[in-house]
Amino acid sequence: MNETTFEPKIITFCCHFCAYAAADLAGSMRLQYPSGVRIIRTPCTGRLEIEFYMRAFENGADGVLVAGCLEGGCHFIDGNLFAKKRVNSIRTILEEIGIEKERLRMVNVSAAGAISLVDKINEMVNAVKELGPNLMGKNNDGSGGEYKEFETLNSQQ
Amino acid sequence: MIVAQRKKIPEIFDTVKEHKNVLVLGCGTCVTVCLAGGEREVSIISSALRIASRKAGKKIKVNEFTIERQCDNVFIESAAEEIKKNDAVLSLGCGAGVQAIAERFPDTPVYAGLDTAFLGILESRGVWVEKCMQCGTCVLSDFGGICPITRCAKKMLNGPCGGSREDRCEIRSDQPCAWQLIYKRLKDIGQLDKILKNIRLKIGAQA
Repeated sequence: MNETTFEPKIITFCCHFCAYAAADLAGSMRLQYPSGVRIIRTPCTGRLEIEFYMRAFENGADGVLVAGCLEGGCHFIDGNLFAKKRVNSIRTILEEIGIEKERLRMVNVSAAGAISLVDKINEMVNAVKELGPNLMGKNNDGSGGEYKEFETLNSQQ
Repeated sequence: MIVAQRKKIPEIFDTVKEHKNVLVLGCGTCVTVCLAGGEREVSIISSALRIASRKAGKKIKVNEFTIERQCDNVFIESAAEEIKKNDAVLSLGCGAGVQAIAERFPDTPVYAGLDTAFLGILESRGVWVEKCMQCGTCVLSDFGGICPITRCAKKMLNGPCGGSREDRCEIRSDQPCAWQLIYKRLKDIGQLDKILKNIRLKIGAQA
């Protein structure tokens, strides 16, 4: 797997009240972002527990992007500020484990910010492309590994 | 309440890396409240260990389990079956919890995943402050409920030392002078005469 063919899998958690609407708008505006970006809607970025991010990396996500409302604009007042604190604390855990902290990033967009969201997604994808694949579940040269072993491990628990 | 902190992941991984099956055992009492060793933290540390073991090219199966209280036989019983299925236990209990588990299961290595820090209370979200050093001879009744052993930098029983600036401790300016607090408190509850009482040095307290 070399850099030209590497298509990073990015889990993007989008807040229902802003980034998800922005992603929807991006679709209406025919804006393009890479197909490896998977959008998951969440009621608020403050809903995202630390385990969610850990599981994403454990199961082989190359990057995780958290897209919440602009600071001060959270539908639930301060959910995005909680998310920001959480993201920062997980970045330290990731560094301890040996996963580059740049693989987890939080951005703030408004519901009208389709262009800004797509820009931020592309920026993230490029950053992760430079880091290379998350070797979790893959061989050291980046080959193989569709995390089967881990699926079996998890199903046994 | 007992306050503890998570050890760094590389340190934890180093202690368990030679085992094939590791049980991360949480405790549902004090360390859950201080966000260090509850069910959620068990899940986070287990995830981190799985990733770390994969990164190190090892195949460690990490299992998760949390009991109500690790320092109590009745609750430890409920974990017996899980513990027997694994080669080693990483306990996320306080120091007492780790030892209680180790005593009950002589054949299983038990490792500590937390650094037990102190006995304290929650001051603001995510901030715990030490309030008791467990000296064994409580003098709180004489000092209006404020402990000079824990909260005075010089542990003075017959204070104040005279070094405080405004109401701040001269050793750490981010902390209030315990004797200022004691004076204010005794004055408020009308027991200021207690401050004149000469209190003998406590054996073992001036560690």
